[in-house]
Amino acid sequence: MSNSNVVAYRDLAMESAQPNSARTVRLIEWISSIATIGILLIAVPLLYRGGAIGITSVNQLGRFLCYAIVAMGLDLIWGYTGILSLCQAMFFCIGAYAIGMHIVLHGPLDGDGIPRCLFVVTSVFDFQLPVFWKPFESLPIALLLGTMLPGALAYVLGYFAFRSRVRGVYFSIITQAMTLAVFLIFQRNETRLCGTNGMTNFETLAGWDLTSSNVKLGLYVVTVVAVVLVYIACRMITMSRLGRLLVAVRDSESRLRFAGYNPLKLKLFAFTVAAIIAGIGGMLYTPQNGIITPSKMMPGESILIVIWVAVGGRGTLSGAVIGTLLINIFANMLSSTFPDAWPYFLGVLFIAVPLFMPEGLIGLWRRFARPDVNINDLPAETVPVKEGAVA
Amino acid sequence: MKSVGETVHVSEDAILSYAVYLQEVVVRFDGFKALDIKNFGVHFNDLRVVIGPNGAGKTTMCDVISGKTRVTEGRVFVNKFDVTYMTDVDISTKVGVGRKFQTPTIFDSLTVYENMELALPGRRGVFRNLWTKETSAERDKIMTVLKRVHLDTHARRQAKYLSHGERQWLEISMLIVASPKILLVDEPAAGLTDKETVLTAELLSELKGNHTIIVIEHDMDFVRRLQSRVTVLDSGMVLADGTLDEVQANEAVIEAYLGR
Repeated sequence: MSNSNVVAYRDLAMESAQPNSARTVRLIEWISSIATIGILLIAVPLLYRGGAIGITSVNQLGRFLCYAIVAMGLDLIWGYTGILSLCQAMFFCIGAYAIGMHIVLHGPLDGDGIPRCLFVVTSVFDFQLPVFWKPFESLPIALLLGTMLPGALAYVLGYFAFRSRVRGVYFSIITQAMTLAVFLIFQRNETRLCGTNGMTNFETLAGWDLTSSNVKLGLYVVTVVAVVLVYIACRMITMSRLGRLLVAVRDSESRLRFAGYNPLKLKLFAFTVAAIIAGIGGMLYTPQNGIITPSKMMPGESILIVIWVAVGGRGTLSGAVIGTLLINIFANMLSSTFPDAWPYFLGVLFIAVPLFMPEGLIGLWRRFARPDVNINDLPAETVPVKEGAVA
Repeated sequence: MKSVGETVHVSEDAILSYAVYLQEVVVRFDGFKALDIKNFGVHFNDLRVVIGPNGAGKTTMCDVISGKTRVTEGRVFVNKFDVTYMTDVDISTKVGVGRKFQTPTIFDSLTVYENMELALPGRRGVFRNLWTKETSAERDKIMTVLKRVHLDTHARRQAKYLSHGERQWLEISMLIVASPKILLVDEPAAGLTDKETVLTAELLSELKGNHTIIVIEHDMDFVRRLQSRVTVLDSGMVLADGTLDEVQANEAVIEAYLGR
């Protein structure tokens, strides 16, 4: 009963408040989005050219943008569909390894044409290149596998988990365990994936010298474009009826089932797409980072992604990007000045965000700009109804 | 009045003439017999009210028909399908059973309009929903139904801000838009004000004749308004069957409601 009173009060507050018009808010959001893309795509390269910032900073920003891509995937599965996946870092690493394998196959090789980073850990006299390495020699196949392998793994894992109606925290635990298992497998020398040392000493990608500043800048620009494209793709999903169905899975899965929809398929779709997106992020990450090791898929890494999305704002997409960039830039500054304080800060963030701003930074902005519109940016203009449209 | 509670052998053809038919259905939960119905049939385009004391098995009966609960014994026929072993999703899409739950369940984060949009028939696949948009006819239909329940001015509002009565109506409206052959309506008047109850009864009466409706209800005033045949359940068994006046005069029913 007290609950309905609260609702009534809210209604009153809504009617009395004088919200900005939806158009104004939309305009501000559009302008800031374009401005952000402009800064990332034009201002940053110009600043670098002008000598204001070094290539290291540009490169670092590029890596953070790779994280932002993964975060958008997590937002799709967690923010919209309500499934907390803790294996996005694993999908990220599979993509990262796929492109890493391609690069080292064209990098420093020993006499028998074995990548040096692979040979170091094998210490077998007449070691042959494992068969599963061969396809990665071709760039298109490596790119395809970098997206399709995470997607296929997500599809299989998701199928069995969702079919058995594993949900909530149990699903999160299973994905966490899966990540740990794959991490342990990747670490072993016998897996022939370069063990704990990972892959490094990158030389070229498609003939481009990865150590050159211009190639680094180029990779950065490609990453920015990828962020924009992934954002547009995700936005197309969330703006469609399918997006509303994903939110419906989050709100009441059983209700959706009795409306004749199959939540299994919807969840599988979101999980697979999120994994493919994570793979794309990973593929852009490896050449920019210069090294990829199994430690990148340690269980904690997946939880970090969750924090980025939570801080930015669940179920907003733009929040995932903003949260990722802000936290990483901040972490970078803070951890270089106070290296010991950073984990404590992260812990405080993890507790404070759900408590004080459950809808994240974007939620804070929306609440400020339009108290009557929800965080999920679904309603308003997606509803083609005008008052009095039906006589 | 027909004798109830006895096994009646009904021919295959006769079963198919019913919209819903439960044949010697038993549901056990850990040995507890929640439902034990010899025969229960509702003809096409009839409105049937099921009443009974708490724990009589009314909701379990709905669960069995909609595929939420599996029967331990017996067969369930709905709309000429044997649904005994069908999944809930198939019963909903292929057989055409729509359901309104006891506590209104709607999609809170979606707007009223979006809730209705998802209830529209057809387009249940994943990829089709990526591109599809509702037609203007469907849009008009949604708005007409919403207007009927005074929710048209709330169309762009998130469903979580609706009052309890409005939530009940939204869920019923979603059923109307989905237009299933068979509607299972679980306690539509629970927690409603008198005015809201009247409107809800009107809504269901309007649907009678085009849909087969099974209503579960406690509120006798509401049941009276529906003016339809009533089945009384008690301890999972059919106790009586007839008009409301008939069952209210029935000794066994009085015993079940007041005797304990």
